This record gives sequence, structure tokens and C-alpha cells, in this order.
Amino acid sequence: MRESDRVVPEIIGREFRHMATGDLALGQEQGITIARERVINDFSINVATVNGSGSQSANSVLLKSIFGMGVPVSGKNLFPSNIAGLPTWYTIRASKDNYVARTRGAEVLVALNPDTAKQDVLTLPSGGVVIYEEKLNLKQYRDDVVFYPVPFDTITATVCAEAKLRKLVRNMVYVGAVAQILSIDLGVVESGLRKQFAKKQKVFDLNFGAVKAGFDYAAEKLPKQDPYFIERMDQTAGKIMIDGNAACGMGAVFAGVTVVAWYPITPSTSVVEATTDLLKKLRVSPEGKATYAVIQAEDELAAIGMVLGAGWAGARSMTATSGPGISLMAEFSGLGYYAEIPGVIFDVQRTGPSTGMPTRTSQADLLSVAFLSHGDTKHVVLLPGNVKECYELGYAAFDLAERLQTPVFVLSDLDLGMNNWMSEPFDYPTTPQDRGKVLTKDDLDKLGGFARYRDVDGDAIGWRTLPGTDHPKAAYFTRGSGHNDAAGYTEKPDEYVEVMDRLSRKFDNARKLVPAPVAVKDGTSKIGFLAYGSTDFALRESMDQIKKEYGQDVDYMRIRAYPFAHEIHDFVASHERVYVVEQDRDAQLASLLKLDIPAEHVTRLRSILHYNGLPLDARTITEEFATKEGL
Amino acid sequence: MATATVPNTPAGPKVNHIGLPVLEYRGNKTTLCAGCGHNAISERIIDAMWEMGVKPERVMKMSGIGCSSKSPAYFMNRSHSFNSVHGRMPSVSTGAILAQHQMKMLGVSGDGDTASIGMGQFVHLLRRNLPMIYIIEDNGVYGLTKGQFSATADLGSRLKTGVINDLPAIDTCALAIQLGATFVGRSFSGDKRQLLSMLKAAIAHKGTVMLDVISPCVTFNDHEGSTKSYKFMQENDEPINEIGFVASFEDIEVDYESGAVYDVEMHDGSNLHLRKLHEDYDPTDKANAVRTLMESSANDEILTGVFYIDTQKPTFIDLLNLVDEPLATLPESVTRPPKAALDNLMASLQQ
Repeated sequence: MRESDRVVPEIIGREFRHMATGDLALGQEQGITIARERVINDFSINVATVNGSGSQSANSVLLKSIFGMGVPVSGKNLFPSNIAGLPTWYTIRASKDNYVARTRGAEVLVALNPDTAKQDVLTLPSGGVVIYEEKLNLKQYRDDVVFYPVPFDTITATVCAEAKLRKLVRNMVYVGAVAQILSIDLGVVESGLRKQFAKKQKVFDLNFGAVKAGFDYAAEKLPKQDPYFIERMDQTAGKIMIDGNAACGMGAVFAGVTVVAWYPITPSTSVVEATTDLLKKLRVSPEGKATYAVIQAEDELAAIGMVLGAGWAGARSMTATSGPGISLMAEFSGLGYYAEIPGVIFDVQRTGPSTGMPTRTSQADLLSVAFLSHGDTKHVVLLPGNVKECYELGYAAFDLAERLQTPVFVLSDLDLGMNNWMSEPFDYPTTPQDRGKVLTKDDLDKLGGFARYRDVDGDAIGWRTLPGTDHPKAAYFTRGSGHNDAAGYTEKPDEYVEVMDRLSRKFDNARKLVPAPVAVKDGTSKIGFLAYGSTDFALRESMDQIKKEYGQDVDYMRIRAYPFAHEIHDFVASHERVYVVEQDRDAQLASLLKLDIPAEHVTRLRSILHYNGLPLDARTITEEFATKEGL
Repeated sequence: MATATVPNTPAGPKVNHIGLPVLEYRGNKTTLCAGCGHNAISERIIDAMWEMGVKPERVMKMSGIGCSSKSPAYFMNRSHSFNSVHGRMPSVSTGAILAQHQMKMLGVSGDGDTASIGMGQFVHLLRRNLPMIYIIEDNGVYGLTKGQFSATADLGSRLKTGVINDLPAIDTCALAIQLGATFVGRSFSGDKRQLLSMLKAAIAHKGTVMLDVISPCVTFNDHEGSTKSYKFMQENDEPINEIGFVASFEDIEVDYESGAVYDVEMHDGSNLHLRKLHEDYDPTDKANAVRTLMESSANDEILTGVFYIDTQKPTFIDLLNLVDEPLATLPESVTRPPKAALDNLMASLQQ
């Protein structure tokens, strides 16, 4: 940590006041040095609770209150694969410098889980803060952090008469206490709560009563001992806060999806939930009929089968899944590729082979998705790097799938998908839907017939017809078995090769159609970074660290799709050393690049890998980079 | 017994009531073995579709993988066809009919494609009462891989190699009745009249039609000791009812002895007359239908006929409350919500 970079040189006013009125005793008892400089809008809060305790809405209120004060903020839920009882941590990072990646440690701990409290306290940095249920008696473990004991149960009982609601209301008490201690504006908390419980006045009253009680208790009993403050900024005006899965759902809905088939799987479930919620609101005909169908399938095999059946018959269709579902979709994905059927598959990546760690994040599906299925299959994969791109690449995927007549995968991950992120508001699509090359009855009247898989335009994409086209020559026979350019069954070597070579050309042409990479920084450095997806947040921060700590400038190109655009080849060609930063063990992105770039450039690539299931942090990249560069 | 009449034009070939000759319902030349039951079924599908005057362009032909699943290439070339993945015809069909729900859908599967690899998807298709005709061309063996038993092979039946099947057969009809199909029957590829009538009634039905058609494999399962051979079927076929079908466009009065016939008014206004061959068999009684099938199986009878019919149950399309237009071709003005909708969403997400 570079404390010197971020500490605002100002003495804590309140601290002096409390010291003068005798509260110094507390500080002395705790044995900490309280004469520290203020830390403003640059620290993390870690809320340790028990899964199933309903802390999610309290965490969300806290997050949005900081957001509401104009301070850049991000929230991360580190949760177990469990319904209730196991530990959960929610980390909120306030960052005046707009850094939204995970950090390794949080300075402020809200310790509400008796099972992890000791460990949670022990992992705090020196000078950190603990707000905790006083019964936990945590002071015994450290003498270099500030302890704020709060009698949560007693306070909760005074504001909530109904015993069964107390478990939930209790969470709001910590929101109030934290707000008081960190100087979060109570008015902002109040308006955030009002938004959350929009039409439920009673629920609002109960929750805000709890916030207020926590706030007042802290004001009265917990004199400020620590240096951490939230102060108003103007960095979030006009911005939205949303998770990537909801953004993917919006992308699908504004693409005009009509058939959604899925099987629930963490962490992708909320993609379809968000999609369905929006469809129910926005896609009902004046007669009250649905202009869409959402089917919860019996498994992922069926889900992708339905997507391809619908795509073949002309609907904009999608599914959302994660690793194990991707494995099950393999055979059908090959059919989609070979029979040239559009469909969109959102893969929200989670950690590990097999079941792995379902509630942890990763980027380890890239290779299996790119080549999903047997026998010379390859797929177009879009790689959103933030929530706005979850939306934009989300809707672009539907256009591309129909243009290219192939399944298109959108690779997100749990960190991007299930956590809340700030973003500029999303823009309405500027181009009309691209439904691809479809022949109508009139076309067929003029042409007198067609060959489904013939490259008549030189773009390696054939024309297709949809079932229901009222023309005797409209039909063709779709098959995953060997076929010639007229869709006839074949086992002839030349005919097989002709189709396979055209598919290869089509894939190559897709380089120009998929979202171009973003040259985040393309200067004169000899060193470049390549990355995709949620790695972006940590990498940008790391680049600043590398600059500040080592004086080293580095360039960075963010990849947004496979097949790789030519700009990516150029980027590798123009840098001596290219660090490929990714969240998997086996350097999958680097491997994919090595298959694509000229052989003489392969040795330029080196990898920085992170794959423990936690979101990537900047320090990991910086340290690894420094080691590899010998800095 | 009622038979369909087909209007004739004096000079040209015989045409159906939408003016198409049967030639327009033909497919490619079959590549299956001479004498394969599947070829006879293809012929009956052609006849049924033609006689019912279904426009070929309004039909989607679906299949999985196997000998049976090749057969959509051998009928109705003017229909869109999808030969999909082994055992996965149900899911592809589900997606296709959701996209184009005004279309007629006919799927051809086999006993392996359905009752072994495809069982998972098959049962869920039945549950959903998806509007489609699902035909199992059932020969009890895998043909393309040279004659292994399938899951519909009867207990004790014998392969050419002498291997005896020691596992019980899955009765796809009993299963279909139990799980929610609304038109369930069994026929025999060698019984032209029964199969044709059954197919015509199937075309008139709205909902899942599940037809198990015993279709002997002349190469691998037509020998002594097989329970799916021509000879065995000729000797053991036990019709439960005689099927009379009068299409909605036909003007035929049928006079039956009262009490001897079960009349069913079909969704499209056609009439299905099931002359009772078994004492008081009621094809709307689910529990009795399943019991009858289980008993017949215990007695080594191969019951055929329409076992179960329910013309009232909502289909999957009904349950989804879809607009009348096909989802596939809804215009962008319908499928892409307006900018104001996005603006509202953005406003709700701002601080």
C-alpha cells in the first residue's frame, strides 16, 4: 500500500473533541495510536455475516448510500454455495480515484458472524476498524485496531416489536452505525431506503427506524476513534449502478429476444430472471398476450436444443448458463456451428473443473467455449468487460448470431455478473436489428430456388429460409450429418471439404464483424498488456501502480471478442513483451492467441494468472509484473 | 367404415382438397433396407397428409438420429426438415414450435432415439403437451450400429446372434398416457388401414400425439424369436378399437350401432369414431388405459389402436399465452421495446 499517496493530510477534528471529553481513555485502553491522518473516500468496508441472514439489502443500502454521496464505489459479495448458515462477506470499496476492483484487505470490518469474527479481526490491517456485536467480545484479539461494540440485539428489540422480523431489521442497525462512524449522510441513506422500499411505507418505517437507532447509538456511545471518512464528491452524478447479469438481461430484451430456454445454474440464473422480469413488463401485446416465450428446460441439453430449434425456425433465442451447463451443451453447439443455426448463449463463468466452486469467479471457460464440441468446431465468443458491455455486447450477440448464422457465446463471469458496478447509463441501440440473410417468398419467386449452403455473395454466408415461408421451394433439409452446399446428405470428400472450408472463411470474416478491441492505452511502451472481461478493473489500477511505483509506462489493449480482430495481431507485433492477464490456471487466452498470431510473435507472450476464485486485485498483477520484469 | 373421399379433377392427376397431387407430398428415394417398416410408415404419412390436405409448407418435419430419423428425407420434400441430434428431437421441436406455433409439426424418432438416449427429453415433451405428432418407428433394435437391443425390446426376445433380452421393455404408450400426452396410440407398419386412420386423426389433434408404430427391422430383428417381426405382429396384433376418421371437410354420415362406438369430436371439427373391439374400452379413462396396457403386456398381446385421447387439455402454447403471430417473424417494433423504456430503466438505476 502506498499510504502516502492517498492520505489527506488533515487532523481528525472529532477525535480531538472526544479526547478532550475523556474518550481518550477508550483509545488508550485499546492501545492504539489515534493521531492519524484522515483517510477520505479511499478504503474498504467488509461486512461479515451468515448466509441467509438477509444482510444483502442492508449491504445494498450501504453501497448505494456511498454512491449517492457521489463517491465512486463498488460492492462484492463473497458468498458460499449454501442456502443458510455458512459465512458470507460483502466488501464495499470507496475509491476517490475510481478504482473498483477488489483490494486484498478491508480497513473497516462489520463483524456479525460469531463463527468467523476472530479470523475477520485478525486479518484487519493495523489501524483498522471493527464494528461488532458487543457480545462477541472481540477486543481480546487485537490491540492495534479500533473497536466499536454495538448491542445489536438490544437496539433491534427496541425498534422492532415482532421477533420474527428482527433477524432482518438487525442488519439495518449496522447500516446506521456505519453511517454515523464513517460520516455517511443519513439523508442519503434515507432516500436510498425509500427507493428500495418504494411502495411499502411500513417496511420503510421499520427499516429506517433501525438505521436511525444504529446511527443515534453510535453518535451517543461511540466517539470517533478511527481515521476513515466518506465525504461528498461529484463523481457519480448521472451514473447507474447495476450488476452484469441484469445488464445482460437488458441487452437481450433490447435485442428483441423472443425465445428464452434455460436451466437454473449459479451464477447465471439472474440473467434469465432479469430477462424474464423485463419481458413481463415490456413485451405484452395490447391483447394481453406474450410476444415471447420463456421455458425452464429439463436440463442444459434441452435448453440449447430449444434455442437452436427456435433459432432455426427464425426466432431470436437465447440461454444462459455456467461451466457445467456449457459442458452439457457441447454436442448441440457443434450442430449449431455445422448446420449454421443462430442462437445466443450467455456463459457466466464460475470457478473450477466439474462442480468446482460455484459461487466463485473465474475466466476458465474460454478455451472450452471457443472450441465447444467435437470435430473442427469453433465459435464466436464475445467478451464484455463491464456492465455496459454486458448490455451492448448482449444485444450485439443477437445481430451477430443471425448475421453469421451460428451460435454466439457471451462470456461474462461471476464477479462481473453478480456484483454491483457503477456505469454510465446504457444507450439505446442505434442500428436496427440485423436479422441476417433470409429469403422471403418474393425472393424465391424471383430466384426460383436456392442452395442453402452456397456462398453466392462471397462472404461465406449462405441464404436461409424460415419454416412457414409460403413457397414450394422454400424448404431445405437441416442436418448435422455431412451435407453439400444444397443441404443434401453427402459423404463425398470434396463436398464435405467445400462446406468446412467455407465455414472456416466465415469464421475468419467474423474478425471484422465482432466488437473491436479497445486500445485502452496505446502509447510508445515496449511492454503491452492484453486482457478481457472483469480483469480490466484490476489491470487499470495496476497500470497506475506500475507507473507510480516503478515509473514504467505500459500499453494495454482490451480484447472483446474471438475470433481475434487484426488490431490484436498488430498490438502484439508492436510490443516486445506482451503480458496476457487472465483469471484461469492454464493461460487460456494466451493459448488461444498463440494459435492465432504469427509463430515469430509467440515468444512475446507471457502470462499473469489468477485463479483462486476471488476477483482479481491490482496488487497481484503489479507484483507478478514486477517479478517477471525484474523490477 | 368411413373412408376419406378425395375430389377429382377430370383431366389431371388426382388432387386433394387444396388442389395438390400426392406427388407434391413425396420425398427423396429411401436409402433404408427394402422391406423396412419405416418405408411403409413414410408412405402412410404421405397419404395422411395428402388426404388431410395439409399444405406441405405448413409442416415442420423433425427427427433425431437413427434409421427412423433419416426417414423425414423420404417424404414431403416441400416441408422444412430438421434432422437433429441423437435423442434430442424433443428440445429442438420445442424451440421450433415456439418460434412458429401456427405450423404443424411431425417428428419421427426411433425406439433407441426415444426410449434410451432420448428418454430425458421425451418425458418432458409429454409433460408439456407440445403440439406435435411424435412417431416412434419401433423395431426394438439399433439398426445403424448393427442390431443391438433397444429399451423397447420385449423381455425374452432373441437377437439373431442368440442373445436373449433379460430386461423389461419400456412401454412408451403407457408412459405417454401417464405423463400427459393427449393422443396416444400404437399401430403396426404393416396395417395400412389402421395406421392411415390413426395418422389422419393425429393431424386433426391439438396437443402431443404419441404414436408407437411397430416397424420391423428386416435386417436385424425379423427372425424367429423376435417380438417385433412381421410374423409376430401378424399373429399377436390385438386391436383394441377400430379407427374411423371423418375429416372436417368431408361430408359423410356414419351410422354405428349405439354403444358400440366411442365418438370423439376433434379440435378442428373432425370426428374420430373408435369402434370398441374390447369390452367397453373408454379411451378417455387414463388409469384404465394404463392398466389395460400393463395387463396386455403381461399376456404377451400387442395391443394396437387409440388408447387414450383428451381433446380439452391446454397445449404448451396455450399455457404460454402466446400472440397469434409466429414469434419468429414479429417485427422489431414489437420485439424491441422503445427508447423510453430504456430511459425509465436507467432513471431507476441512477443514484
